[in-house]
Amino acid sequence: MKIRDLSLFFKALVLILNLGVGAVAWAVQPDEILSDPALEARARSLSQELRCLVCRNENIDESHAELARDLRVLVRERLQDGDTDTEALAFITARYGEYVLLMPRATGANWVLYLAGPLMLIIGAGLAFLFVRRRSVAPDEAPLSVQDQAQLAGILAQAQKSELKDPPQ
Amino acid sequence: MIVELGHFTLILALMVACVQMILPMIGAQTGRRSLMATAVPTAILQLILIGVSFAALTYAFVQSDFSLRIVVENSHTLKPMLYKISGVWGNHEGSLLLWVLILALFGASAALFGGNLPHKLRARVLSVQGSIGVAFLAFMILTSNPFERLTEPPFNGNDLNPLLQDPGLAFHPPFLYLGYVGMSMAFSFAIAALIEGRVDAAWGRWVRPWTLAAWVFLTIGIAMGSWWAYYELGWGGFWFWDPVENASFMPWLIATALLHSAIVVEKRESLKSWTMLLAILAFGFSLIGTFIVRSGVITSVHAFANDPERGVFILMILAVFMGGALMLYAARASTLESKGVFGLVSRETALVLNNLLLAVSCFVVFVGTIWPLVAEMLWQRKLSVGAPFFDAAFSPFIVLLALALPLGSILAWKRGKLGRSFGQLWGALVLAIALGALVFALQTGRSALGPVGAALGAWVVFGAVNDMWGRTGRGAVRFGRLLRLPRADWGRGFSHAGLGVTVFAVSAITAWQSEDIRVVQLGETFPLGAYMIRLDAVEDAPGPNYAAQIATMIIHANGQEVNRLYPEKRFYPVQGMPTTEAAIDQGFFRDIYLVLGDKQEVGGWAVRSYLKPFANWIWGGCLMMALGGFLSLSDRRHRVAAGARPTQGQPHEN
Repeated sequence: MKIRDLSLFFKALVLILNLGVGAVAWAVQPDEILSDPALEARARSLSQELRCLVCRNENIDESHAELARDLRVLVRERLQDGDTDTEALAFITARYGEYVLLMPRATGANWVLYLAGPLMLIIGAGLAFLFVRRRSVAPDEAPLSVQDQAQLAGILAQAQKSELKDPPQ
Repeated sequence: MIVELGHFTLILALMVACVQMILPMIGAQTGRRSLMATAVPTAILQLILIGVSFAALTYAFVQSDFSLRIVVENSHTLKPMLYKISGVWGNHEGSLLLWVLILALFGASAALFGGNLPHKLRARVLSVQGSIGVAFLAFMILTSNPFERLTEPPFNGNDLNPLLQDPGLAFHPPFLYLGYVGMSMAFSFAIAALIEGRVDAAWGRWVRPWTLAAWVFLTIGIAMGSWWAYYELGWGGFWFWDPVENASFMPWLIATALLHSAIVVEKRESLKSWTMLLAILAFGFSLIGTFIVRSGVITSVHAFANDPERGVFILMILAVFMGGALMLYAARASTLESKGVFGLVSRETALVLNNLLLAVSCFVVFVGTIWPLVAEMLWQRKLSVGAPFFDAAFSPFIVLLALALPLGSILAWKRGKLGRSFGQLWGALVLAIALGALVFALQTGRSALGPVGAALGAWVVFGAVNDMWGRTGRGAVRFGRLLRLPRADWGRGFSHAGLGVTVFAVSAITAWQSEDIRVVQLGETFPLGAYMIRLDAVEDAPGPNYAAQIATMIIHANGQEVNRLYPEKRFYPVQGMPTTEAAIDQGFFRDIYLVLGDKQEVGGWAVRSYLKPFANWIWGGCLMMALGGFLSLSDRRHRVAAGARPTQGQPHEN
């Protein structure tokens, strides 16, 4: 079955489980867990920031793929060798490219990604403020047009009629 | 024969859609009633034709007609009947057929229940709806025909992906599509109003029930998808910020904004052009979602090249509809002048703030979703934007929204008094902070997320309760009045409280869930929080189209048996794919989530167990939001508008 033939909304689920890559292993296996709980906790949180390279949008902590297992073990080895979190991430990024980071680095063009939201919020807030201020000093509203009044009368009459038939509890 | 009939009616539906697109619009422009009148029968006929086509495809799946390509690729004779039927939309072509079926359903509903609309407006709405039908029917027939035959049919099919063989597939996509495609109604109304150059309170009232219905379906659809992922993927995640999820979340955010701004149009005749833009964008994001997922462009730029035909076609649909709509908007928006006057502190301003936060949060999700594509195309930079980014970038908007909501929803229209409204909320504020402090005192970890989430969620929920209580006036009969409040008020109370519940539950499960991964021998007992869990047995069991290993696990608390759970591992031979079926003991305050892993060489089984506090509250909150939408939809105001017949009350129509 071709991947793109899968249904719209299931494609993600399917790719998340990463079909087609060898035998399905498991997300974190009992034998991978480090005996030092503090180190293990760091490894787990680092794993959640690293992408499983053969999956779609899945971190290595959750992935079932063999490659993700290798990466999890690698992270743990680096931490056991005394790397800080940053050093471990840098090591893996140097090897696998920035594609592996689920939180992209704020460098170069990526600033656009990081600043797009705040900038848009500021611009939007500015426009909204101008609009609201203009409305607060605008002349009072015009009376309804003849058409509108007739329409309103129609709807109200209808409402009254249905109210007689079907009184609100 | 039946398959050919379905194919034929599909082509016929395209022809009818062409008529529905052209004649009513000419009629509305030239004022010819006979042409305008074609809109209603063509819309209904289109629904019937596509319905027959859909029934024919379903028949082919039920009969396992392996002369059809998509049946071969997605079905198998041994597959249970439920999945044979739901398999109809478990693939590209079939899901598009469901898409156009629902589009036609909305068109026909507008034709049948739109009796109170001015004739010209109805003709134009149905014409625009018809044009969307033309685009997607042509897309199906030209690039993704579900009725394609094979010259040499095989004896059996390839089966459906095992992950999709779940009751979730039967309900999740139809609901999601009802929401997604339902946004086309708001779009059609907006385009019709822009062509007409007239947007007034009545327009706001007409468009609101359609948007509300689509929003309710979308909310349920997204919640179901999240719940499905929770139990099916085997580790209890409920939201992944996957492009496909974002594709459904972006229209939801815009639709939520649209619902609120349409209130301002209806009650205060302000925010008109902004509401038009939102109506266009809500459907635009539905189309963008379809493009993102169908073309595979987000997975990789190269996937787009693999199947340029489909991708380019959807891109063209997107360009024509969004480009055309936005040009029309640019030409006409200036004629839509706001009438209402309101002060800086007023309900109107609060709703503008709501719209600002929702729209910008949608923009953030959008930029994050397409950023990998942009970076690769422009700078050859291959990078990922994943859950950590979205969590950090999106959460502040929800926090701001939740902070502002209780206050905004009780401000008076036109001119509110901040101090007075805030005065009513003292109780809610104190309760929320007290609850946050209590949680802080009780929790063992040092995470701030739990207490903050609890306080924020409580603030929103108490704010909603306070809002409703405040509508009952004074005196001893307040309880009686509470029950007699209009359903729209109840709807608002429920929806807002639902948001609070979901905000709380998401923080709670993120902050407090606990996990245990270990090798367990048969008969061994291990602790999980306050519970003791024993792995009793693992047995082989055959399924209809798979082989399973089923574990029996017994949960004890304080020496008492709480429940027995049966987590499974399955193997589907046709697809050669194993799956895990988690077993969940659902409780009001926590879920116990057990997953059976591989048999270990040294003996015993790998077992993963989770304690997930307040898991059900996530979807409970979503259901409250949906229920609120439904209550509001059933309010008298909408029923009056929907039931009204065109009478002498509308003299301006001809």
